[in-house]
Formats: sequence, structure tokens, C-alpha cells
Amino acid sequence: MAKFKKKTKTKQDIPTSSMPDVVFMLLFFFMVTTQLREKTIEVYQRIPEATQLRKLQRKSLVTNLFIGAPKKEAQYGKEPRIQAEDVFIEPKDIILWVNREKDKLAENERDQLTVSLKVDSEAKRGIIADVETELRKANARKILYTSMERREIK
Amino acid sequence: MARATPDIPNASMADIAFLLLTFFLVTTTISNDRGLSLVLPPPPEKDQEELKFQEHNLFTIQVNSSDALLVEGEPMDDVSVLKEQIKKFILNNGADPTLSDNPEKAIVSYKTDRGTSHKRFVEVLDLIQGAYYDIWAERAGVTNKRFREAASDTSVPENKAIYDKGLGKRPDGTNEIPMAVSIAEPTKIGG
Repeated sequence: MAKFKKKTKTKQDIPTSSMPDVVFMLLFFFMVTTQLREKTIEVYQRIPEATQLRKLQRKSLVTNLFIGAPKKEAQYGKEPRIQAEDVFIEPKDIILWVNREKDKLAENERDQLTVSLKVDSEAKRGIIADVETELRKANARKILYTSMERREIK
Repeated sequence: MARATPDIPNASMADIAFLLLTFFLVTTTISNDRGLSLVLPPPPEKDQEELKFQEHNLFTIQVNSSDALLVEGEPMDDVSVLKEQIKKFILNNGADPTLSDNPEKAIVSYKTDRGTSHKRFVEVLDLIQGAYYDIWAERAGVTNKRFREAASDTSVPENKAIYDKGLGKRPDGTNEIPMAVSIAEPTKIGG
């Protein structure tokens, strides 16, 4: 019976000297892309899916409105609510809120303000239509229904 | 004479970096600023007169409070054919008397109920906008995806050229195929 001996002398170690470099690279990536959120979203955000997405170019011109059923049901009830920054607002407060957001922008950019509506899938059209009506009155007419990308089925 | 070299121990550097990495991994939220873009009409004026359109120039889509679809008065179960129908309606150019006279006159009227879910609303709006993007992309000779990229950033001259070609921009500023989607005030049957 023949015996086979492993004669290979290849080192089986993975070189670890470059590991800190790799880790630092990842670290910098996340440091750059991260956005620390100072507000917590108090409404459900199951964002609907769509295919025909458009990307917003200037982040400074975007402001968010979160709409959905409150997570703290006992406190705020089941009906979908509108969250701006970190407070719940009513549709009638939207004009005031838009004007405050516009004040943050330079004068020549105020008409370019885009409102990104982050709406939960289960929210009803009623409340969103109320928001749209107020946005029209407030002259913030560029809106975006935030959606996730869905692969088109061919 | 031997001199003690001041060495910083760097064996733990990887650990520290890992710790920081984990921290950022956990706290990071990659913001999602993508979605269906829309420009709302100006606020209604008090003495606004009712605009009249010829019936065949309107493509009506209605969704009720239980998310059921009514397209041109006919119930529709399978939404996948809707996009092709809209395209046919827009590019009819008077061939079929029940469809639009020309793309400029064609209007897609989209009416929902206050009880329609946002999910359904986005699904149908996606199909309507998809029909327009498909038409524009084909005219500009690019893919749908490339066209939407160009439309998102028209500050680049190349993108602007694609965008204007797709819409068929005339020298006087009007477009041959404008996106005319009318999103009507929701009905209050469901609520």
C-alpha cells in the first residue's frame, strides 16, 4: 500500500498585515455615507415599490414629510398621522411648516424646494390628498413619492 | 549606545478600527431620495372656469376604496396591460376615433377615493409615468433608465438634449408630448 505524503510547502496563512487598511477603508466609507439622524420616526414606514424612479439631485433642496400610522398606538391612535421633523402636525399647519422650510434656503432657491413624501403603504389617499392641497396653497408644488426600486418583470 | 525607540503599540489598531466600523455600520441609514416625481398644479382660483375636454381625449382611470380599478369605464383586474393601453392612447394620433387626437391633447385622468391605499396609488401612478417615460425614451433613442437619469439632472447639456428630444421640445418652448396626468381630488365614498 502506497502512502502519500503531503509534500507541499505552501504557507496556509492569510496575510493579516493589510487588515487594518481594509477595515479603515470600510470605516471611511461608512463615515462618509452616514447621516446621523437626530429625529426618530414615530410612524410606520413601509415604503411602496415602483419602477419609474427618479433621483433627486440636490439634497439641500429636499425636505421630508413622514405619513403613516403611529407606532405608539396607545398614545396617538391608529389613524395615519403626518410627522414633520420630530413632531406630529395637522394638515392646516403645513403652510406654516413649508414657509419655515423655505426660510432655510437661499432666496433664489426657494421655489425649487422639493417635498419628499415618505408615505406608508397602508396609509389612505384621503390624508395624502389633504397634504397635497395644502402644499399647493403653500406653493411647494414639487413633490416626490418616495418609493423603493422594484425589478421590472419581463 | 542603544536608544529606546518610542514605539506605539499598533497591534490593537485593527480592533479599534473594527469598533468604530461597527458603530458606523449600526448607526448608518443610507438615505433614500428616490421616488416618483410629480409637480402639483397651482392652487385653484375662485373664479376658475371648468375646462371642457372631448371625451375621447381623456383616458380615465378610477380606483375605489377597495383598490379596484376602473379603466375607461371597464373594470380591470390585471394591471399589467394598463401601460400598453396608455401608450396606445397617447400615440393614437387620430387613428382610432375613441382614443386621443394627438399626444398634446391626450390627458390621463387619474381619480382615486379617500380610502384608496397609498400602495395602490403608487402602483398605478408608476404605470402611467412608465408609459410616458417609455415613449420619451424611445423617441430619444435611449433606454428608459437612461432617460430617467437624464431627466433627473438636466443641468448637464447632454442630458438636456436627451430630455428635450424625448419630449419633442419646439422652439417656442412647448412640447410635442407633454406629460398630462390629472390627479383629481379624491372622492369621499370610502374614506
